[in-house]
Amino acid sequence: MNYIGYIVGFYIFLVGVYGIVRSKNFVHLILCLTVLQSSTYVILLQAGFRTHRVPPIWVNVPPGTPAVDPVMQALMLTDIVVEATVAALLLAIAMQLHKAACTLDPDELDALEG
Amino acid sequence: MTPKTRLIVFLFAALILSLLYLRTLRSLPQLDSPLDPYGTLINQVGTYERHVTEMVGAVNFDYRAIDTLGEELILFFSIGGCVMLLKEIQEHPNGGKQSGNKKDGSVRHDIPNPSDASRGFALLLVGPLVLFGFYIVTHGHLTPGGGFQGGVVIATAFLLVYVAGDFKTFKEITSSSFVEIAEAGALLFFLGVGFAGLAFSKAIFENVLPLGTTGKLFSGGMIPVLNVLTGLAVGTGLITLIYAFLEQTLAKEAGEK
Repeated sequence: MNYIGYIVGFYIFLVGVYGIVRSKNFVHLILCLTVLQSSTYVILLQAGFRTHRVPPIWVNVPPGTPAVDPVMQALMLTDIVVEATVAALLLAIAMQLHKAACTLDPDELDALEG
Repeated sequence: MTPKTRLIVFLFAALILSLLYLRTLRSLPQLDSPLDPYGTLINQVGTYERHVTEMVGAVNFDYRAIDTLGEELILFFSIGGCVMLLKEIQEHPNGGKQSGNKKDGSVRHDIPNPSDASRGFALLLVGPLVLFGFYIVTHGHLTPGGGFQGGVVIATAFLLVYVAGDFKTFKEITSSSFVEIAEAGALLFFLGVGFAGLAFSKAIFENVLPLGTTGKLFSGGMIPVLNVLTGLAVGTGLITLIYAFLEQTLAKEAGEK
């Protein structure tokens, strides 16, 4: 199957968005956001992968052999760091929210008070 | 918007997105197409130009070191923001009423103590994990790994001290001034390495350190230096973040949310 990474990545994306849509708790929503961000890793990895090639590590391999794309993997590393920081900030905001409103249900937090 | 309306809108949007995605699947990079020119070039010349064997580390810390600087700054500022947000909760719980914070580090009495198995396992793992984290950080230019991955492993090693039930030692480790100085100092030296490139070779993050021979530990110029600095910054930053979150459970009285 040639498109397996793309299909699996898209499926994980849809599962993540469905979790966000049907969420009843903010912490659950943040974890669904994490799942959604993981789908981008799968799609990026599939975009950088070619069959019958070695990883771009030249420890015992002469540096001329065809290898997969190292730039995509470097992009993924940045992506993972961003995901961790976004999740940390959102969890801190969720704690503030709980202190201010005593509830973590997104459906009950739709009033903007002036 | 009621939950049912939200679900219907989501299903409609997901259907349209799926159709569009399936239509464009054929123009995404396929498994047998040639690599992008940037990737091919780095694979061919990376070892000769930088004397390292790991291309992903070379891309992250030498060719695109300025993007890694941005990533490092994201981590630093978001950890600062989290600590600021959580400190405000601790100081003003329930609108300013001062609760009797337990400053001696004792745990709330409704949290069960960790079992002996988890305690023993955690204590057994702390030493090897710190060593393993240092190995991953320092060998980032030879084998897969690098500053970010090794930094997270080191932070996990210190978190295991808390898992083992010993919050006092964890508090001493994270409140020590070394952690603060290391986090800020590592970022400062990261910037320093970048501007050293500006001072000597007229390009930011240009390599000014000796390159060495490929395959040895001291090779690659500034790549192992940046790896160690990033590992230090990420490890100490994550310890600070974890402590800021864990402090919430330990400073409040039981029954007060």
